[in-house]
Amino acid sequence: MSTTWQPGRIEDETFVTVEGEHGPYGIYPPTEDMLNEPVDPEVSKAQEQRLRKAWAAPAGWRIISAVNNEFVGKWYCMTAFVFMLCAGVLALLMRVQLSVPENDFLDASTFNQFFTMHGSAMMFLFAVPMFEALSILLLPEILRARDMPFPRLSAFGYWCFLIGGIFVLSSVLFGVAPEGGWFMYPPLSTIDESIGPDIWLLGLSFIEVASIAAAVELIVGVIKCRPPGMRINLMPLYAWYVLVVGVMILFAFPPLIAGDFLFEMQRSFDWPFFDPERGGDPLLWQHLFWIFGHPEVYIVFLPSIALAAMIIPTAAQRPIVGYNWIVLSAVGVGFLSFGLWVHHMFTTGLPSLSLGFFSAASEAVVIPTGVQLFAFVATLMVGRVKMILPMLWIAGAMAVFTAGGLTGVMIALAPFDWQVHDTYFIVAHLHYTLFGGMIFPIVGGIYYYYPFFTKKMMSERLGKWSFWLSFTGFNICFLPMHWTGLAGMPRRVYTYPEGIGWDMANMISTVGAFITAAGVLVFAYDLLRSKKHQPRAPRNPWKAGTLEWADDPNDENWGVRSVPFVTSRYPLWDQPKLLERIDAGRYYLPDSQEGYRETIITSAVDARPQHVTRVTGPAWCTIWAAIFTGGAFIFPTFSWYVPAAISAAFAVVCVLYWLWTATAQVPVRPSQDVSLGLRLPLYVSGPKAPGWWAVFITMLGDATAFTSLIFGVFYYWTASPDFPPAGALHADAVWISGAAILYALSWAATRAARGVNRGGMQRLAQGLLIAAPLLAAAGGGAMCFSLMGMDPTSHAYPAIMWGLAVWTCAHTACGVIMQLYCLAGTFFGKLTSRYDADLWNTTLYWHFHGGSAIIAAAVIGWLPRVLS
Amino acid sequence: MRWWTFIGSKAMRGPAATKAQQGTADPGDGTTRHDMSDDRIVRPRLRQALCALALATLPGCSGVQHVLAPAGTDAGFLANLFWIMLAGAVVLWIFMNGLMVYVTRINVRQMSPKKAEALIIGGGIVFPTVVIACLLSYALAAMPDMRAEGTGTRLKVTGEQWWWRVEYWPEGADAPIVSANEIVLPAGSRSEIALTADKVIHSFWVPALGGKTDMFPGRETRMSLEPLEPGTYRGQCTEFCGDSHAWMAFNTVVLPQEEYDAWLENAATDAVAPEGEAATRGREVFFAEGCGACHQVRGTAATGKVGPDLTHLGSRTSLAAGTLPLDEPSLIRWVRDAKAVKPGAEMPAYDHLSDDDLSDLAAYLEGLI
Repeated sequence: MSTTWQPGRIEDETFVTVEGEHGPYGIYPPTEDMLNEPVDPEVSKAQEQRLRKAWAAPAGWRIISAVNNEFVGKWYCMTAFVFMLCAGVLALLMRVQLSVPENDFLDASTFNQFFTMHGSAMMFLFAVPMFEALSILLLPEILRARDMPFPRLSAFGYWCFLIGGIFVLSSVLFGVAPEGGWFMYPPLSTIDESIGPDIWLLGLSFIEVASIAAAVELIVGVIKCRPPGMRINLMPLYAWYVLVVGVMILFAFPPLIAGDFLFEMQRSFDWPFFDPERGGDPLLWQHLFWIFGHPEVYIVFLPSIALAAMIIPTAAQRPIVGYNWIVLSAVGVGFLSFGLWVHHMFTTGLPSLSLGFFSAASEAVVIPTGVQLFAFVATLMVGRVKMILPMLWIAGAMAVFTAGGLTGVMIALAPFDWQVHDTYFIVAHLHYTLFGGMIFPIVGGIYYYYPFFTKKMMSERLGKWSFWLSFTGFNICFLPMHWTGLAGMPRRVYTYPEGIGWDMANMISTVGAFITAAGVLVFAYDLLRSKKHQPRAPRNPWKAGTLEWADDPNDENWGVRSVPFVTSRYPLWDQPKLLERIDAGRYYLPDSQEGYRETIITSAVDARPQHVTRVTGPAWCTIWAAIFTGGAFIFPTFSWYVPAAISAAFAVVCVLYWLWTATAQVPVRPSQDVSLGLRLPLYVSGPKAPGWWAVFITMLGDATAFTSLIFGVFYYWTASPDFPPAGALHADAVWISGAAILYALSWAATRAARGVNRGGMQRLAQGLLIAAPLLAAAGGGAMCFSLMGMDPTSHAYPAIMWGLAVWTCAHTACGVIMQLYCLAGTFFGKLTSRYDADLWNTTLYWHFHGGSAIIAAAVIGWLPRVLS
Repeated sequence: MRWWTFIGSKAMRGPAATKAQQGTADPGDGTTRHDMSDDRIVRPRLRQALCALALATLPGCSGVQHVLAPAGTDAGFLANLFWIMLAGAVVLWIFMNGLMVYVTRINVRQMSPKKAEALIIGGGIVFPTVVIACLLSYALAAMPDMRAEGTGTRLKVTGEQWWWRVEYWPEGADAPIVSANEIVLPAGSRSEIALTADKVIHSFWVPALGGKTDMFPGRETRMSLEPLEPGTYRGQCTEFCGDSHAWMAFNTVVLPQEEYDAWLENAATDAVAPEGEAATRGREVFFAEGCGACHQVRGTAATGKVGPDLTHLGSRTSLAAGTLPLDEPSLIRWVRDAKAVKPGAEMPAYDHLSDDDLSDLAAYLEGLI
């Protein structure tokens, strides 16, 4: 494969200059001779010292200000694991309640809180965060990057997750937890007068925002932080799955956030989005929830498949078979998963045609899923399998997951679903898919990667005990539930009468649940027990072929001694001198010349080196930002809107401080020698910069949420014969047209500012950057003013129009802050005609926001007149 | 004889099955539509054996609320579908995991990559495509029949927290015959059921007869059921609807057509004041306590519409939406403190009444037949 690489200059269309000041310059790819040249041990030692200093972790209790992926990732994993244990305890208590009929161990309200929190916590506080946590921990190692592209963002996400998770979970202790089910269907949850639903909506929205932040970072990590040479088709499968799942999170969570926004507006301000008496529709929530909820299932499942895809080649001691098939299938599952949500709504009385379509789409998922599983079996077939302990968990996962998949085939058929929907059959099905498709592979993955993180092995004996206990316990618990469901037992009942035939099966399930819990406890003990006296694990103990096992045998924080040049999918198997060259500092970026934390950014497809990015180091502002963001979400739960607003303002200040002091810093020198005869620029802007990608990806998610609101408008129109209601007052045509024009002008001014700034006319750019926020603010004002006569509490029509306006104005506020940030940058030398990344990012934001504001204006002002 | 009579045997269904057996003995009525009996039988003996095994291994099955003890056309088809799918699933599961064990434990030598690719394409693409195409065409083809408009009885059920308001709309009627918490359907014809809800979403399900459909406030959904075998089948709300979701059930009584007609005729009549000293005193208690503000007893001053209609309460098979049996102790227990039986129920507690008053009241209510 390496023969196709020819030495030569990087062709760079924009920035290559004769001096090579602003673009990559030098030899790439490195020749074999260059790689064979030994490194002077003295030089290497000095480099190591500088690297160690740059990547040193804060000492003592200050360690919590660390942002390094190894620290944040570990905390993230442990926190998610603890939340999982809490949710598991709730499950056990529920099983006790259900073990005998007409039990009064738990009362109805407590039971309802428990199952709501069990589902919500397992999904939002364990399954998704666990994927993100593991990926933050693993991805840079798998790609041999020094760190994630935005370490402070991961830290911010983690602290948000911790605060939000504790807030949501602790509500159980005070008996005020939400009790409407993890799906929170209105009107049950809108008429509920307790604070439970608010805790759910605001607490989990908070965590969803953190989840999206992590997804953005992971996507950028996969696209831009691969080591030189690791073209997209050489990428380990784990990275592919991270990419697919990241993109799914990006498109799946926003509809839920849009739904949460509408839901909370109804609860706080009585805007009747879901109230059928005032033109609302409870089914709109179901659509928005399940457009999120179904992809969510695959968001949970695919990362575990990704772990299996790493473990299986190692167990077979052979590259994965059908790499292309697996990638295609993963992408296919990602796509398909967005077209299945209606199978959660088969019993809502939708037309037969829809049911047929969604049945077929749901069945179609069997194909890409089957391809992935058969590819794994095929890999085991052609290899010589060594049954290492992690493989036992993967095999168990396969057994459990295939059973869940087969019942999935059954319930994807709409008519059969009419029978078993919302019964224990579904409870059995979903736990088979989630244990098989999530828990077992994750535990397998932890056994597999434990020696990599801690340099110690977990116990083979305890591992087997844990596996067999949880495997048998699980089946004893959940296999009978298929029967219980067929015998007619609905889900979410806090008790049941004697004599219907559910007694024995429930008792068996409870026993099984406790056996499973014993298995989990054995695992937890093995994970946490002190291993001080154990010998160190050998480097690469499973003899794997992927880069993460090139980990430094000493406990260094720098991630990798030097960033390797990769020419194979399994570099440790195929590139014999790789390890020794990494350790010697022969490869790229072996040094930290000025004491900064640096990592290499490469091109999206071919992984050609483009840029050395300076990643952020330990910080307190991220923790403060998380605390204040938490306040902004948590105070409204108790209707404390003033403290919430103050908290939000502080959060903005913290984020601005963090951005101003640590991102897009003007470098002293334009480029840096990264060794092997290559110089890379230290500052890039536009599509080459990871920050630009992050904004682009975030805005895709944001646009999805906006689209969900627009979907809401059209949904009301199609579902209700009277929308907009006859004779209803519409938005004032003049004001709303004015709003559209003002937004367009602000957008144009921002774009023009970027152009003239690059052209060196900084005064003119400053003028435009003063005009742009004024125009934007005027646009937002005009949009709200156009709606003045419409009372949002009277009907869903004015409510959704106001909803669009509020959404748009909130984004305008953000856009204005960005414009002013750039303006300030021009005055303080942070933003110059050459160093203009912030302005690129702001312009990109405005491409999305300007467009969506104009669409919002059209939907508010023009559409209802056409429809009515 | 229909195949599912093998499954719906007498032993499983309890007392109601006596009638059920009689119902199926008459092939005259049920064979006009949706006759998926003989030609779709797949080895009934095997299925019979499977079901017997399943029932034997899990004792305590009375089958009153069982998907696999069907007593209606739709449920029959779906139970059949389940057994077919189960057989297929078991075979596939054994194949997949057998293969896994084979290549990791029994025969770990390296096999050719060609075979491996063939496995991915054959097992992952070709085979599932064929299987799901067959399944989809078989199952979805049955959907229009299951959703066909009912030609016999029309009724409307409203889900309340946590009980069922039931209205029968005989052909040509301008006003419904109102009842609550029990559905009576004629055997052998398809009944049309309109569904709606009061405040929150519920779901209407009688497993022995067919699938469920959700009930929404402010929206009307519909379904139809074709019971075949007379008997009593339990139904239950399956959409989580608050504190007493677990106690929102009902009995469905399926009667032969003539009996059904007679029943409906009686249901349409006003209440007849029960005789007897206790019942008469109970009637006084009923009105003195203001029960009529919420409940209706047609033909009396009690015209409340908030709670369930009580006109023919005594003729129903259960109390408080399938929660308690309909007998004196249960009536007393319910009236004394409804919330203790059903958390969150709106009916106030009448614990200030003396035991005698409660007992008299129960006698009155039981007498409303």
